[in-house]
This record gives sequence, structure tokens and C-alpha cells, in this order.
Amino acid sequence: MDIHEYQAKALLAECGVPIPRGGLAYSPEQAAYRAREIGGDRWVVKAQIHSGGRGKAGGIKLCEDAHEVENAAEELLGKRLVTHQTGPQGKVVYRLYVEAVTPIRTELYLGFVLDRKSERVMVVASASGGMEIEEISQQRPDSILRVSVEPAVGMKAFQAREIAFGLGLDPALTSEAVTAILGCYRAFRDLDATMVEINPLAVTEDGRLLALDAKMTFDDNALFRRPNISELRDKSQEDPRETQAADRGLSYVGLDGNIGCIINGAGLAMATMDMIKHAGGEPANFLDIGGGASPDRVAKAFRLVLSDEKVEAVLVNIFAGINRCDWVAEGVVQAVQKIDLTVPLVVRLAGTHVEEGRQILETSGLPIITADTLAEAADKVVDAWRQSRADRA
Amino acid sequence: MSVLVDQTTKVIVQGFTGNIGSFHAKEMLDYGTRIVGGVTPGKGGTTHLGLPVFSTVKDAVRETGATASIVFVPPPFAADAIMEAADGGIRICVAITDGIPAQDMMQVKRYMRRYRREERMQLIGPNCAGIISPGRALLGIMPGHIYKQGPVGIVGRSGTLGYEAASQMKAAGIGVSTSVGIGGDPINGSSFTDILELFERDDETEAVMMIGEIGGPQEAEAALFVRDHMSKPVIAYVAGLTAPKGRRMGHAGAIISAFGESAAEKVEILRDAGVRVAPSPAELGATVAEALKAA
Repeated sequence: MDIHEYQAKALLAECGVPIPRGGLAYSPEQAAYRAREIGGDRWVVKAQIHSGGRGKAGGIKLCEDAHEVENAAEELLGKRLVTHQTGPQGKVVYRLYVEAVTPIRTELYLGFVLDRKSERVMVVASASGGMEIEEISQQRPDSILRVSVEPAVGMKAFQAREIAFGLGLDPALTSEAVTAILGCYRAFRDLDATMVEINPLAVTEDGRLLALDAKMTFDDNALFRRPNISELRDKSQEDPRETQAADRGLSYVGLDGNIGCIINGAGLAMATMDMIKHAGGEPANFLDIGGGASPDRVAKAFRLVLSDEKVEAVLVNIFAGINRCDWVAEGVVQAVQKIDLTVPLVVRLAGTHVEEGRQILETSGLPIITADTLAEAADKVVDAWRQSRADRA
Repeated sequence: MSVLVDQTTKVIVQGFTGNIGSFHAKEMLDYGTRIVGGVTPGKGGTTHLGLPVFSTVKDAVRETGATASIVFVPPPFAADAIMEAADGGIRICVAITDGIPAQDMMQVKRYMRRYRREERMQLIGPNCAGIISPGRALLGIMPGHIYKQGPVGIVGRSGTLGYEAASQMKAAGIGVSTSVGIGGDPINGSSFTDILELFERDDETEAVMMIGEIGGPQEAEAALFVRDHMSKPVIAYVAGLTAPKGRRMGHAGAIISAFGESAAEKVEILRDAGVRVAPSPAELGATVAEALKAA
């Protein structure tokens, strides 16, 4: 789960990370009020969306007076920002964060990730902050410091000092840096984060450390024990279909193609999407309906997939292991009877009681195209999609 | 020989008396797995499915001589159950539970390292389909009838895609020595490499089908292991060629977050290491058949 910059900053500040003075605004008037409240003579108005690359997309505005702050807010609120991470549909700005601008001397990078290779928390730091870590690792690979945290004892002060000295910080800043670095680690560990990133971590002209941007991502599997983090979820930043799916216990990811997919199991779902592509089509979604595949679940899955207007054909591919193909077939038939299906449907069942399952589909009287194998299913759904396109044209 | 489990392996079920644990315990018993009891804290001394229930793993191991366990404990308590197994003398633990927090798994892995290598438990999963040695034992949740006994080992992350592979192989007349699901989580017990190593040493296994997916470094590490340490042919498939970067595809670990984690990159790494890669998921069985013929 992702959260906003202002939320990440608040969490990190509680753990001893220094952040600029700032305030949240939902309207231009509120933004101007925040600027006056914060004080100073320069502010940034920052669009709060769940994405990096906001600056390049025009989501961050530098302002010289409260009037400019109000104008910037007016321009940003309700705007759909398209960054290199959001996809072409972009994300809508509903919240703004207004912050005091502090003159800075240098920009550093500080990140904490769950490293799957070492199965530990890895701290990554660089004196070349301000650009994305991918760019740093391409342009300045030598500048990257890595420290691995032993899970039994947690991060130690000497490791934080090594980073501070490795970044070339003024020795006078060491103790402040150690506090901030250990604070980030504590937030990571205690809140079940999977990523904490401060980029840039700035050294100001008057020689202080300041987290100018912050990003945190949390482990979905641990949200059950982090109610305070769950509360920070902002559904306006999610694809509504994905939110709807998650609320129904289904796993859905929207994509750009035209062939809707309903599959049990994440691996088989990815493989089926690959197969559609192989057959010359493009999948409209990833959807794992899980092991149960009850009539109710299948019906929900159909509604979800068909709510995507791009969908021009649907492929159901269920490998029945514990459940049985005849049950799944009944579920598909009931679901199709309940919904108004206007696009071609291909169903491939495999596994336990497959013959009975196919029988049910074929004698249902519904316009269901059946397939025996994965290859046949993909070919048939791509053919049906092309045919229905041709018919419509 | 199969790897990890056979008809003589004594198994206990952790989370034995719950709905899911009971259902799968029955399936495993029907398949012929030697289940000798189960653990549910607080229910020690009772019986379930005609088998003794114990309150702790230590009690169960002492009374039954079990060496393997399968975990159906809910996510908030699963890591604790796995560590209890490691401490209680279990040698092979299969964790089926989906949804264990990543930091809990980090702790589990660290905890297991406190035992000497020869005493250390081997963990399979979590979030996996388990192990099946066809005709011998089922320590998992897969449908037993789709597996035919034979010379090919299967190791994969996904449950249903593993079933797809087994049924394509069965249709082509090819059987399986053992199939191991290592699970879809970012931090898991046994890696592809760990299982490949077992298959390389197993007399009955002549070739291995490895089914990977997007995310994480394990397929690339396995490629190097195959190149440097395996004499048996390995056939691979990597799911997720159409998966976009930065999006989680169902499994907690199925997310492209770093260089080398996409399906296309993994396929290239595997090919470079001399692994035969199935051109599509519809050709898993056919590609294994080709590899067996060539060997």
C-alpha cells in the first residue's frame, strides 16, 4: 500500500527525521492560509498523488507570495497529472501540501528496501540525490553506499555513522544524521514498511539536514496489525476496479488490451495473459479469482471484468484442483444467465471432473465457446474478438 | 527415490482441527500420506480424524516420531508456527498459508539459521501448493490425480500453473518424480536453487521443469546454478511477459521492481545459461518431451 508524501513525512518526523514546516490543503484558500501560517517568503505547492516524477509532470509549483500559492493551488486541484509512473490515465490531485522553501547546499539520497536477495533490510544511500535511484545507479554507480541490517539485532549506530561519513557529511552533522537514519529504520521495522525513501535529503545552506521529499510503501500482508497505517489508504489514488476487486477478495490489475481474463491462480493468470499475447491479442486485465471459484465469485468476476468498456471478449480459464469442473461450470452458467453478456465468451476448464463440466457448458444453451487446452482457448478468444470487431465495423 | 517426502515420511498437520487443515488432512490421508497426528494449541489429548491432537510440536514429535509438518495456521500466527516446527525437531516443513507479513518471514529465515546445517529444518513455501511425490505421498493441496509417476522433477512458484504443467506432461505420457511449489512470496523458505540441488542428486529424476515468474532474483540465481552445477537438463518457463513494471500480479512477490526481474530478462538469463525455455505456456509438456528425447 502506498501513502502520500505528507503522510510519510508525518510518520518519519515522529521518528526523528527533520522535515520542513508544511500544511495540507484541500482548496486554494486553505493553501494560501497554510502559506501565511507557515511563514517565510517562499513556498512550494506540491500535488499529493501516489506517484514519483511529480516535478517533471508540473505537479510542484514554487511560489513567492500567498497570492501565487492560491493560483498554483487553483491550477493543481482537480488536475489529472500524468507521470512516467501513473500510466496514460494519470492520477487526479485532490490534496495539496504547502511547504516552506529553505535554501539548500546539497542533495542526498537515502532509501530503505526489503532486499529479496539477502532477505534483509538494505539501506541505500548516495551523495548524488535529487534524481531517481535508477538514474543514480546508471550515472553515478560509485556513489552508492549499501548497508545490510541484521534482522536479529536491527540497525546499529555504527552502520548509520558509516553512511553519514560515507556521504561526506560535515562531522558536525553526524549525530543529526544518525538520528534520522536510525529513525527511518525504526519506522520501516515498526510500521511493516517495504520501502522508505527520502529523496532528496538536503543539507541546507545554514547547515541542517532536511527531508525534502519522502515516500513510504507498506506490506499489504501486515496491514491487519497496523490499523493506523490502513487508515491512510486513499482510494482516490487507486483504479476503482482494483479497489472494488480488493474489497471482494479478488486480485485485479487493469491493463490496456481488449480481452478480459478470469482465471484461478496468479501464475496461471499471468501465463494465460502471455498466451493471449502469443495468439495475437492483448489482455485487458489480470484477475485471480482464487481457489474457490464458487458461482458467486465467478459472477462477481464477470461484473468486474465487463465494467471495463475496452473489453470486447472474455476468456475464463479455470484449473480445478480441489474444487471440481462441474461446480465451476455451473458457476459460469449461473453468472452468464445473471449478467447481460454482449461479448464473446470462451471457457476452458481443466482438472477434476472436466467431462461433466464441459457437458454442463455445452447443454446450457448459452453462447459459450469451449476449449480443451490453453493454446486452443487463447486462439479461440483472439479469433472471437477479431470476428466481433469485424462484425461491428 | 523421490525428493523430500515419500510413503514412509511421518507427517503432522499444524492447524489440524481448523476447516482448511481438516479438509486437506483428509485429502492427504486418502492419497496415502503417512499422517500421524496434528497440532492445535489447547486441544492436546483429543483426537481428530481418528488421529491424536497435540498442543505443541515438541509433544507431537516426541509421541509420534514425525519428521515433517504442513502448516495451515492463519497468517498472523503462521510465522510463529513455522519457528515452533524448526525448534521442535521437524526436518521438512511445508507452509501453505498465504498472507504472512514479509518481516515475519525475515525473522523466520534468521531464526532457522540458529541451527547447524545438518540439524536445520528445510522450509517449503509459504503461499505454496506444497510437495507431491506421485504414488507415494502428498504434502500439499494439489489434486493428486493429475500427476503421473515418472522421471521429471517440477519446481515452481505458482500452484495452478504447476497443475497445468503436470497435466500437459501427463497428456504427453511424461511422469513426475516430485513436484515442489516454492510459493509466491518475496521471502520464502526454499529457493529454486535449493530444490534444483535436490533433483540433481536424486537418482530417479532425469530432468527438471522449472516454472518461474516476474519479480525477485531467484530465477537468475537458478540459471547460474544450472550452468555451473547441473548435469541434468532443465526446462524453464517464466510467467508474466505481459505484466507491467511496478504492479503486483496477485502473488506478493510477483512485482517487477528492479533490473533483471521482468519475464523477458529472466528468459534471456536462463537461455544464456543453457536452459531450454518453453516458447509459450501451452508448450510446457512438449518442451519437456523434446528435452528428454535430446538427453
